[in-house]
Amino acid sequence: MIAIVDYGAGNLNSVKKAFDYLGSEVVVTGQPELVAAADKIVLPGAGHFSSLRTLNSTGLRQPLLQSASAGKPFLGICLGMQWLFEGSEECTEIAGAEIFPGKCRQFPSSVKSPHVGWNSLEIQEGSLLLRGVAQDSFVYYTHSFHAPMVSAMTGASEYGLRFAGAVEQDNIFGVQFHPEKSGDVGLSILKNFCEV
Amino acid sequence: MLTKRIIACLDMDGGRVVKGVRFKNLRDAGDPAECATAHARNGADEIVLLDITATSGNRRTMLHAVRSTAHSLFVPFTVGGGIRQLDDAAAVFDAGADKIAINSAAVHDPKLISKIAGRFGSQAVVVAIDAKRANGSFEVFVAGGRVPTGRDAIQWAREAAACGAGEILLPSMDRDGTQCGFDCELVRAVAEAISIPVIASGGAGSARDFIDVFRDGRADAALAASIFHFGIENIAQLKRELHDASIPVRWPC
Repeated sequence: MIAIVDYGAGNLNSVKKAFDYLGSEVVVTGQPELVAAADKIVLPGAGHFSSLRTLNSTGLRQPLLQSASAGKPFLGICLGMQWLFEGSEECTEIAGAEIFPGKCRQFPSSVKSPHVGWNSLEIQEGSLLLRGVAQDSFVYYTHSFHAPMVSAMTGASEYGLRFAGAVEQDNIFGVQFHPEKSGDVGLSILKNFCEV
Repeated sequence: MLTKRIIACLDMDGGRVVKGVRFKNLRDAGDPAECATAHARNGADEIVLLDITATSGNRRTMLHAVRSTAHSLFVPFTVGGGIRQLDDAAAVFDAGADKIAINSAAVHDPKLISKIAGRFGSQAVVVAIDAKRANGSFEVFVAGGRVPTGRDAIQWAREAAACGAGEILLPSMDRDGTQCGFDCELVRAVAEAISIPVIASGGAGSARDFIDVFRDGRADAALAASIFHFGIENIAQLKRELHDASIPVRWPC
């Protein structure tokens, strides 16, 4: 059972719909005990970093951190990936999970913000999540802040600068783009997560 | 590299996709869910569904159509028409939309933009501006293009962006359904005035028109309806031509 974490941010329906389409058993839940009991966890999200505050106030933070450190497959999407880092300049008082180092920052003023649309993804070899995805495949992004390039980066895109489009470390996966909105490429990434 | 988006628009009336010329003379073009998946398969980067005759009476029809269209669509999906308050937007998101487009209601109450953006994020809010040439400038129209407001489209685009809009959808009323090319001057004026993406709309008739609006109009995305519905221009073929003209597009997809 995959738990899609409901903390009031982002379009959970579209994430659920994509897993339903792939035939996976999923539950959308905001209950800490259901999240703790799930085999795999998806932390979706869109919008402002401050909405992650709800993870603290609803008691979700601890089961999420415990699941991640216990080796449970964990996928953060968009804001959910940003949460895996130390934090974000968008809202400095909310702490991230600190699984990956560094803070999420705004794009340079030389480009329009938000970064919206289909961008190519430069894929590093050996990623489980991006297995079988062709080099420079297009994925759909919509965000104003971006995660830094870290050693765990498995996919990079360029928009004013190079940034982490995908990260991966053991059981922890993060994608800044929206696989549930990235057509067949996105579905194949979610399928890889189901098979991890 | 970020690509230029080709967006297929479905104008809906009573649960069916229709298409008119200059906002009039509507023709039936099919079922929204079927049209949307066909366009996505063909390479459309996004789908926009606009309920062009939205009234509170057909809200259920609209939500039903949104739900069935969203069901097997895995590209971004925007819904507009008849969204007047936060609750309307919430219902449309709940039915499966990724973004909502607001037009008249935002003109009447710009705070609606910040309210929806505050709850669902700016990336989910598209402000549509129906613009028409008038005495050397561009005037904003509301109520499906029926009512002039006396407001300047460029000024309004700036204000909408400041209120938290994530994108501007910019239909040219002069070009709607004419297939004689986008209004590049309008698009460029708005694109240069704001820092959020601009979606050109109205007048697409050939691949050349798309090349022009991306190069001269500086559009981030271009939306079309008529040419795609009746097979005049196949999206896959259009993207190949744009790619050959060195316009960055998601191709192959």
